[in-house]
Amino acid sequence: MITWIRDGDVVDPAKGKVEKADLIIEKNRIAKILPQGVFKEKGPRLKIINASNKTIIPGLIDMHVHLREPGHEYKETIATGGMAGVAGGFTSLACMPNTEPANDCRSVTEFILEQAERAGLCRIYPVAAITVGRKGKRLTEFGDLKQAGAVGVSDDGSPVVNSEVMRRALEYARYHKLAVISHCEDASLSGAGVMNEGIVSTKIGLPGIPAASEEIMVYRDISLAKLTGSPVHIAHVSTAGSVELIRRAKEMGVQVTAETAPHYFSLDHGAVIGYDTNAKVNPPLRTKEDVLAIKRGLANGVIDVIATDHAPHSSLEKELEFDKAAFGMIGLETALPLTLDLVRDGTLGLAEAIRKISYNAAAILGISDSLLEEGAKADLALIDPEYEYVLSEEDILSKSKNSPFIGRRLKGRNELTMIGGKVVWERSA
Amino acid sequence: MSKFDHKDLLGIGQLSIEDIELILDTAESLKEVSTRDIKKVPTLRGKNVVNFFYEPSTRTRISFEVAAKRLSADTVSLSASGSSMVKGETLIDTARNLQAMHPDLIVLRHPSSGAPHLLAGKVKAGIINAGDGINEHPTQALLDLYTIREKKGRIKGLNVAIIGDISHSRVARSDIIGLTKMGANVTISGPPTMMPLGIEAFGVDVVYDPIEAVRRKDVVILLRIQLERQSAVLFPGLREYATFFGITKEVVKRSKKDVIVMHPGPINRGVEITSEVADAPYSAIFDQVSNGVAVRMAILYLLIGGS
Repeated sequence: MITWIRDGDVVDPAKGKVEKADLIIEKNRIAKILPQGVFKEKGPRLKIINASNKTIIPGLIDMHVHLREPGHEYKETIATGGMAGVAGGFTSLACMPNTEPANDCRSVTEFILEQAERAGLCRIYPVAAITVGRKGKRLTEFGDLKQAGAVGVSDDGSPVVNSEVMRRALEYARYHKLAVISHCEDASLSGAGVMNEGIVSTKIGLPGIPAASEEIMVYRDISLAKLTGSPVHIAHVSTAGSVELIRRAKEMGVQVTAETAPHYFSLDHGAVIGYDTNAKVNPPLRTKEDVLAIKRGLANGVIDVIATDHAPHSSLEKELEFDKAAFGMIGLETALPLTLDLVRDGTLGLAEAIRKISYNAAAILGISDSLLEEGAKADLALIDPEYEYVLSEEDILSKSKNSPFIGRRLKGRNELTMIGGKVVWERSA
Repeated sequence: MSKFDHKDLLGIGQLSIEDIELILDTAESLKEVSTRDIKKVPTLRGKNVVNFFYEPSTRTRISFEVAAKRLSADTVSLSASGSSMVKGETLIDTARNLQAMHPDLIVLRHPSSGAPHLLAGKVKAGIINAGDGINEHPTQALLDLYTIREKKGRIKGLNVAIIGDISHSRVARSDIIGLTKMGANVTISGPPTMMPLGIEAFGVDVVYDPIEAVRRKDVVILLRIQLERQSAVLFPGLREYATFFGITKEVVKRSKKDVIVMHPGPINRGVEITSEVADAPYSAIFDQVSNGVAVRMAILYLLIGGS
């Protein structure tokens, strides 16, 4: 069986170029990338996918999702999260360990990979906990977890408060070639805060989380990365101050990488007005100035990656008083249009934007997905960057519907997702 | 009479100057009912008001209850400890159950900012915010405005100081919005640890030193220092607070001769206010309580007495 994807605009983020081409998929790989009109075969064993007026991108890679399995299957499962992923154009997801039980040992990592196999949708890359039970005390068995299939470690959802534990985690993770993904937050400074501390929190009377709560820990982790000569990846960067700290660290040669999430460059703290619990997220939506700084950080390469921090919560956690509601929003099905907004407003070129939500994440995790070149795994998505629609709750395939983008006009959507040469999802007409 | 076109009273911000004047004028005409021998008019006969208090409250709860009864409405009182909340029912579910009994108004006091806004979107009954978290306490602000207008004859152009824990005070937030809307000049004061970020955007002056803040003021509003916040790091202790931010009669002397001192209660004698000030002739603390009934009668009447 040969698949011929013809007449599409092909984005190659590794080379940074976009050009019209035909892709020939054989078995599970991209066999050939040919100029238009060269490929002429016909026959019963040939499947043709017409991609004219469409853009072909490597399968997106989300290095920061919460799939909630095991333990919170009423919010999301590896199967439903995988479905939301492929619908959003993602072919690989790295899932965070704040499950119940936490992914802090081989058996949980293996369970996640087995469930991923059963679901047969996105490729799933487990991120294991840094510390046993995510309690910040004792390191997990990095070597055993790596052998079981973990690609990184993180106590995401909580910071590693003890700086010596973080130091040793960085040193030991480097030996095992595991990415260390840090949730940067000084919890004592966040206190009872539920949104960004600023003019909006003052206006609507909600306790605030200051920007410094994030920045203090970003600086600590940069300092530890420098001390240990080990790489650190800063998760969900939300403030101008963090961007500046990371910029300076990179200039000094510290091995620091960083991600932000689409909501941090698409929304500011004004979205919380009206006490919309779907806009409650940690770190919180910040000021307009922070949003601009995040965009600049993406444009000048300080922020390497766009990751969704997809955090499904059911109505049980969201249809509540604002301070009682859970932090987090889903993101797998809105990341693509929001990232394309960055292309439309001139922040990033198309290839660079796609690179930040695929290739760069793969590089940090040390996985080989997301290349659009001959011989690469045929993981790709066919998107219509111009399609405009208003997001409705019924559109959402994730088990949870906690998105502040419901009711908003979005532009650009995925039409078809292929993983390993197989079409795993296609938009029904 | 102009029209009061609101289903709910969630915050002072939603009210126009005309709305506020209408409430104050209506309260003025209803105040007299409380001085009658038979303290009751039939205005809200057959209407049902639920007082739903998730937080302890004496003044506000009783004030609403008395106000509703003077207008002949039927009242039901519900507190968190006596409700299904202790059985784990969510606020929305409790409210939907109440709604099924067709009340006309739900008066809600709740520790979470935004709780009345959440309810207002879910039930048909009108919602009155009787204090939500650290957000707003609109009926307190209205009775404060009423008291100031009654004592001073006007609000516009008056110089008002509000002193205390501004960050965690729903009274401060509502007073600031109401007073600035009605044209008063507002100065806020208190320890820097209790001053919310960006408060200047409300159009107030920030003067940390209370002695400076009360200078040449027509009205001084003191806020309750919540004793339970001592465990936090907001201030070193009550003694220190009383020494540097407590209002004594010497401090009051810096303000205008005809100053009035107000406090939403309950007062902590010897902390934010000395007994000499609380019991002085210029103290309007008990006028505030009396006026609270009249103002709440006006609000009940304007929200559900129309049809």
